[in-house]
Amino acid sequence: MELHPSAVQLLDENGVFTDHANYPLALGHKEIRDLYKTMALVRSLDTEAVRLQRQGKMNLWCPVASQEAAQVGSAAALRVHDRAFPQGREFGVGVTLGLAPHDLLRVWKGEVLGGGWDPRESVLALYTFPIGSQAPHATGYAMGMVRDKVDGAALCYVGDGAFGSGDVHESLNWSAVFNLPVVFFCQNNQYAISVPFSRQSATPIFQRGSGFGVRSVQIDGNDLLACHAVVKAELERAQAGEGPALIEALTYRVGPHTTSDDASRYREAAEEDLWRGRDPIDRVRTYLLSSEIADQAWLDEVEADIREQTTAFRGECLSVTPPEPGELFDHTYAEMPSNLAAEVRSIAEFDLEATDWNRP
Amino acid sequence: MSAVTMVSALNTALNDLMRESDRYIVMGEDVGKLGGVFRVTEGLLEKFGEDRVVDTPLAESSIVGTAIGLAMHGFRPIIEMQFDGFTYPAFNQLVAHLAKIRNRSRGHLDMPVVVRIPFGGMIRAAEHHSESPENLFAHTPGLKVFTPSTPSDGYSMLMEAGRSNDPVIFFEPKHDYWVKEDTVLPVTNAPAGEARTILTGSDLTIAAYGPAVKLAVGAAAFYQETGEASIEVIDLRSLVPFDAEGLARSVRRTGRLVVVHEAVSFGGFGSEVVSEMVEACWDSLLAPPRRVGAYAVPYPAASLEDSYVPSINRIVDTVDACLEGR
Repeated sequence: MELHPSAVQLLDENGVFTDHANYPLALGHKEIRDLYKTMALVRSLDTEAVRLQRQGKMNLWCPVASQEAAQVGSAAALRVHDRAFPQGREFGVGVTLGLAPHDLLRVWKGEVLGGGWDPRESVLALYTFPIGSQAPHATGYAMGMVRDKVDGAALCYVGDGAFGSGDVHESLNWSAVFNLPVVFFCQNNQYAISVPFSRQSATPIFQRGSGFGVRSVQIDGNDLLACHAVVKAELERAQAGEGPALIEALTYRVGPHTTSDDASRYREAAEEDLWRGRDPIDRVRTYLLSSEIADQAWLDEVEADIREQTTAFRGECLSVTPPEPGELFDHTYAEMPSNLAAEVRSIAEFDLEATDWNRP
Repeated sequence: MSAVTMVSALNTALNDLMRESDRYIVMGEDVGKLGGVFRVTEGLLEKFGEDRVVDTPLAESSIVGTAIGLAMHGFRPIIEMQFDGFTYPAFNQLVAHLAKIRNRSRGHLDMPVVVRIPFGGMIRAAEHHSESPENLFAHTPGLKVFTPSTPSDGYSMLMEAGRSNDPVIFFEPKHDYWVKEDTVLPVTNAPAGEARTILTGSDLTIAAYGPAVKLAVGAAAFYQETGEASIEVIDLRSLVPFDAEGLARSVRRTGRLVVVHEAVSFGGFGSEVVSEMVEACWDSLLAPPRRVGAYAVPYPAASLEDSYVPSINRIVDTVDACLEGR
């Protein structure tokens, strides 16, 4: 699948920059360098996370590789009063927002549900795994923002698969009807596990917004500068009362859906290679060097720094202990009902060790 | 004292909550200008404005889903599912999100959302308008399930649900929306989770909730008139919390139990009640506890509902079986 002729692109495949009339570059040199560094960090931590899973240190992982421009660029456009509603793959969004990378992994290590952070203290809401079902949460949150006159907007991350589900369509409709400050950011990575985009949608995703009265645009999802400029502009317009927007960021997932997936069963290696050649990080690096925003010495420094952070990250991932069994009962209700209280009594009586005898 | 209907008691509770705090928002299909298809939200739009009384698109999943988003922003939405049978499009939002978010956020996010659902049959309605899905939600950890049977409980328990920081699925007995009770509002009854003894008796306990309570009372009255037996009637009032201890006190005394609900018997809440009472009262039981509920087929066309929904006749038949050999 290739970009639509109308797609917004600031940095082309060869790393050549052309500003856009409607979505001008909104980053200074230092910020571009910082975001490059974040992208490279996300790539390195993502690679390490895959390794941890392969080494049996983590139950499952949902690789981010090649979606760094979409995730880092969009998240960098978020302001303090905005709110992002992720799916499960938004590790790069969380890192960009400054969450501790290890906290973003705790779900995958099987330590916690939802997320390893306090969603009240963060721009990032909890992960949401039933596909598309976070869309009404973002929409309702935006209703709350309007009523409380918050200077912000909701950014709802969805994927191409979510455009086969009902909640996303209800939310596009609902947010348009109520003119809400929500931006739907679709990372179209072209696969819902094995099912290709052609089975999710007969038309490009961005063309499906206009029927709801939602202004819509396709962008190059592997272009950091476009992802940032468009999300920033659309968050501002949404907040200013211009209503919701739908952004289709066309990208690709070069890795498997998760570490339990085998992508070779449903697509050709040549297709993956084609998209590896369109690497979003390489593109920014080329631009940094050719435009002299950074030099090789700076890139080397970044690489060394990331290597250090990755080592520290690995250490954190290996060292943390799971919660106590008693915590099972702690958080389900604000006020525990009597039937549950009766069950709490029994847990202390059992040896919960998963020995061969106990769990054949 | 004055005669108050369930509808006006619920309407008064909504008014009182909306006045109590501007964090309450009423949302649903036709809840604004129309005042709800059962008029429970009548007059709210005029009093509180369209930011707080919201006629929504016809999208049940999003009515629940946006209520969750509003709760994340500190609001306390009270939403209406227009009919029991139209709750199912929202099922994922109810069980995968509303019920779990407090747990998934490790207690950081409360979900103070009330989901009002008119439930039960016997109103000669079209398909999908007469169902009793309460056990789907009683079986879902994270939710509370309230089932008031009287106007004063309707008021008191809706106030309690609105003030709860946990999500409450609030089942309103639609057949009894217009039945009157002498009471004065505001009224504060015992909290949900405390069963209420409606009639005292010594030979057998009938436990019921919601629209089945009136049937239980009717069956007890039959035995009172004939003098054949002394029947105790307990209104469970809420399924979560379930007052197992309160009911057990009665069953230990009478030694016999019949549970009545409109929902399908098989796998229904009555099965849970019977199990718990068998475990708690085994030594006191004089006969096997029994259930009276609907048959395990879909809710039928209106002309067959008299044969499908438990009736006083069917309850008496089951009570007789329990009392046999006394």
